[in-house]
Amino acid sequence: MARSPLTGTRIRERRNALGLKQAELARASGISAAYLNLIEHNRRRVSDALIERIAGAMGVDPVTLGEGAEGALFAGLREAVASLELAETGGGNGAGGTSQAAPDLDRIEEFVGRFPAWAALLVNRQARLAELERVVETYAERMAQDPFLLTSLHEVLSAVTSLRSTAAILVETEDIEPEWRARFLNTIQEESLRLSGTAEALVGYLDEMETAETGLSSPQEQLEAWLEARGWHFPELEGGGTDPAELIAGAPELASSAARELARGHLQRQAEDARALPLDPVLAALAELGPDPGALAARFAVPLAQVLRRLAALPEGAPGLGQPGLVVCDGSGTLTFRRAAPGFLLPRFAAACPLWPLYEALARPMQPIRALVDMAGRLPQRFLTYAVSEPRPTGFDGPVLMRATMLILPAPAQSADAPARPIGASCRICPRGECPGRREPSIVADASAGRA
Amino acid sequence: MAQRQVLLIEDEPHIAEAIRFILTRAGWTVSVLEDGARAIARITGDPPDAIILDLMLPGRSGLEILADMRADAALRDLPVLMLSARGQGRDRDAATRAGATAFLAKPFANGDVLDQLEAITGGGAARREPA
Repeated sequence: MARSPLTGTRIRERRNALGLKQAELARASGISAAYLNLIEHNRRRVSDALIERIAGAMGVDPVTLGEGAEGALFAGLREAVASLELAETGGGNGAGGTSQAAPDLDRIEEFVGRFPAWAALLVNRQARLAELERVVETYAERMAQDPFLLTSLHEVLSAVTSLRSTAAILVETEDIEPEWRARFLNTIQEESLRLSGTAEALVGYLDEMETAETGLSSPQEQLEAWLEARGWHFPELEGGGTDPAELIAGAPELASSAARELARGHLQRQAEDARALPLDPVLAALAELGPDPGALAARFAVPLAQVLRRLAALPEGAPGLGQPGLVVCDGSGTLTFRRAAPGFLLPRFAAACPLWPLYEALARPMQPIRALVDMAGRLPQRFLTYAVSEPRPTGFDGPVLMRATMLILPAPAQSADAPARPIGASCRICPRGECPGRREPSIVADASAGRA
Repeated sequence: MAQRQVLLIEDEPHIAEAIRFILTRAGWTVSVLEDGARAIARITGDPPDAIILDLMLPGRSGLEILADMRADAALRDLPVLMLSARGQGRDRDAATRAGATAFLAKPFANGDVLDQLEAITGGGAARREPA
């Protein structure tokens, strides 16, 4: 597994802090002093096992030396810088436009290494800011396009128009015939009822909008948080018989009705997948065939996409899967489902990298695509991906709706020297300078050019 | 002079009824159509002196109907008063571009409908509205 160059720096800092000599630590860790020296100067990658030995020799938690949390910190800090630049180019006018020097990205490692808590706080604030911006956007979008609001407004205006006209007729027409008067009074009664019904519905809708959005996350994020907390697997759905609605009812994370609706659809699909690919036979087949979606699809005679989904919804510890990731997108490329694999960065709101095999699959319907990929980062991380896109059943004469699914697995050890496709998370935070897929400049210097 | 004919194309029955009442009392003969889809056939078959056209209609939108009329040599000059529940901005522009003779936002005063109708048909007692 690729390690951040920072790991070496951290080992050196820890060792110095403890007053240990390089030779002492090397001996205690069972490696030569020269090798430790290379590691401390970030010239050698360090295996997980060796990190544990070195951490053990120093009596510290191995997590504090590894990349783990830092990867997310780096990505978060880059996002913060990216949003700063966006705000400056977007808001050239206005009194608040004091130009602020952008932080020095070259020193990002130093910053994270020396002030991890401050860095985490900054990343945390950045995430919160992005969430708030999203809430504002959502509200603005709602006001402008929300079909419910538009329809209700039209209803209100129509009712008010007939009320106003009818009332004016009754007041202004002195010689009105009794039949007409009765008819118009009836109109006023009917339109008043309609108006109060619409007003009630509007108030209820606005109330719900408020409760749904104060959680400060989109329905999709609420669903993801819930699935993450549940380990992406529901034993209740395995035997059948459990109504997804019961599972959803007991989930405080699913704050909005939209999130509950998403969860219902997801659980229904997951239950179908569990029926088509029952747990015990799947685990047995995995042990026999290895994590090969193609072979599994043939063995159980089910669509490939179903196998990909099922493999990302098995209980933790299934052989060969590690912590799998899964992304699903619709024909517009919008990610409709996201389970992140550790190290495989998923953009929070921005569009993803066009080089993902997911999008290749979208362009080549029904053709299974297996690809080794290197996810850009300070040191690339390698994954094995399986992707396929299949049409959603909409019947004859229905619209053609494609859905692409990509399973993300850790790369097998024997693929370390194989050629892999370079990909990223999203252009703004991707260091790959010479990329044919680039759609906007990156805020990160080209790492390969810088380090060569 | 024979009674003048106006065709009111409006899907809200109570609004249509109120307008019909007001215009009838002012001496107009009012026919009402609730559905946009049949509008053009009706107008061609029995051309009125003016049309009051709602913008949001079931079947076909008022803008589409208006565009068809303006593309038809026989209906090109027929005065059309456009009604919309969506205020002044975009709908008014769209209606003007599509060739509406006048525009009125809902809710409106009853007198305004009559005034506008008189104005676009060159009627006698019309108090002219500023453009």
